[in-house]
Amino acid sequence: MTRTGSPLGRRVLFGVLGVVVLAAVWELYKALGPATGVVLGDLTVLPRTSDLAMPHVWDMVARLFRPVRSSGDDEMMWQAVLQASFFSLGVAAVGWLVGVVVGMLLAILMQRFRTAESALLPWIVLSQTVPLIAIAPLVKRWGSQIEIGSFSWENWMSVALIASYLAFFPVSIGALRGLESPDVNHVELMRTYSVGWRATLIRLRLPASVPYLLPALRLAAANAVIGTVVAEVSIGLRGGIGRMIVEYAAAAGGDPAKPWAPIFGAVVVGLLAAGVVALIGLALTRYRRGETPA
Amino acid sequence: MSTAPSEQGQPVASTGTAAVSVAGVSKVFASRKGADVTALEAVDLTIAPGEFVSLIGPSGCGKSTLLRLIADLDSPTSGSIEVFGKTARQARIDQAYGIAFQQAGLLPWRTVRSNIELPLELHRVGKPARAARSSELLALVGLSDFADKYPDQLSGGMQQRVAIARSLAESPGLLLMDEPFGALDEMTRERMQTELVRICAETGAAVVFVTHSIPEAVFLSNRVVVMSPRPGRIRDVIAVDLGRAEGRGEGLREADSFFEAVVAVRESLHGEPAGAPAARGVDQR
Repeated sequence: MTRTGSPLGRRVLFGVLGVVVLAAVWELYKALGPATGVVLGDLTVLPRTSDLAMPHVWDMVARLFRPVRSSGDDEMMWQAVLQASFFSLGVAAVGWLVGVVVGMLLAILMQRFRTAESALLPWIVLSQTVPLIAIAPLVKRWGSQIEIGSFSWENWMSVALIASYLAFFPVSIGALRGLESPDVNHVELMRTYSVGWRATLIRLRLPASVPYLLPALRLAAANAVIGTVVAEVSIGLRGGIGRMIVEYAAAAGGDPAKPWAPIFGAVVVGLLAAGVVALIGLALTRYRRGETPA
Repeated sequence: MSTAPSEQGQPVASTGTAAVSVAGVSKVFASRKGADVTALEAVDLTIAPGEFVSLIGPSGCGKSTLLRLIADLDSPTSGSIEVFGKTARQARIDQAYGIAFQQAGLLPWRTVRSNIELPLELHRVGKPARAARSSELLALVGLSDFADKYPDQLSGGMQQRVAIARSLAESPGLLLMDEPFGALDEMTRERMQTELVRICAETGAAVVFVTHSIPEAVFLSNRVVVMSPRPGRIRDVIAVDLGRAEGRGEGLREADSFFEAVVAVRESLHGEPAGAPAARGVDQR
């Protein structure tokens, strides 16, 4: 993730440059592209360049600094988007955490018992082929039947559950590979110390799994964010980015820049999630040293 | 286990219990196609406390297998192995031996010091005792200045020295070494041998040392056990009397007694004296 030799300043510069290039490409196509879009046969491969389909970048940014509804004195658009972003981020974080815990436990179980691996792994892979849209209403319906004492299942929990359903997969696969990564040499060394499976797990397998785990955590974070946004839409949870995208899309006719605001919000959520995982990686630098050259 | 290594230079036969006693040991590896491989056959070997014994022989003669049996990383098909009068399994549980492999096998995320402390940490030795012991061992292998470095910052020879220090952490009476210098260049290798002789003298531990270098075996050992392959058995045990640590400087490598011992091991390895190298798979029975 962090390559040595590339100073922080330059990396930030390249990041900003990437955004600028993207905006430039957008405006360039808008200025030069055909008004009807690029159509191959019946298929539109590139969008129309009208202001309705492709608002100017500056219009989209400016829209963030006007009230939510053009008339009236609502809060600023950026405030509403930010609020929704943090709501979605919170739900995604819960989903990510649950997914990571479940994924780790599954990986540890599979590492411990070979039979568990052959019994579970196909199902874990299969689980990801179920379309999200199909399970979301089911989860909501099952959840609504749960009521234990003062605890009652809420819609946001369904969304978090779906996010965790997407997040656990890369973690369980990555962690399993990581837990099985120590050489025979190291495993035998632990045996000569006559320590059990648990000490071997804590002192050897878990630290050795870190380089495999970090990319898995990043993937899980991305999956959790996508899962949250999509599940918000299909469950109909209010307050988050997903619902906001749908609501604002309806307003696109009269206010074409408006639907882009929550999309920016979704990008912010994704960046924040990736940033948190990067911080985790930074905290675990010690475990990411190259293997000893023998 | 936090006590200093025993200081005596000549601990041989103080109690009468052998450091290692291998009696009638065979090891057969079952293969899937039914053709079992006999790695060791009817091996008898007794090693006294404080004695340095090398196992030498061509690849496939079972020398590493024998070491693994003593370490209880594998169990013999028949026969018995005792380490300090205990079964190999009990000896492993009691941490009666330390072990070093060809790969240093250091944990890359631990510093040199905490790599050495690993076995102590696993066996719940207190922090101050651990720190004291690792400092002692760092001094012993001459790496005091590298305590806080990580393994990838060390050369291969230094890594191997850390591995040796780690194997000595719990002051074992027996050291098992499986070609620990096999991956090192010749210069480093000779320096490490000289150091190992000194370290063994200081700790008084018995050593079983697997190698396929004749000069290495002769330089280090009190006895050289020559093994032959398919099935692995002991062909010869050659006593090498080059004196203990003090006398074994670099000059020894050029002494006549050293060459004589090298020739003796060589001839034994190759079967008949002055004969052509024995064909592989020759039946020695």
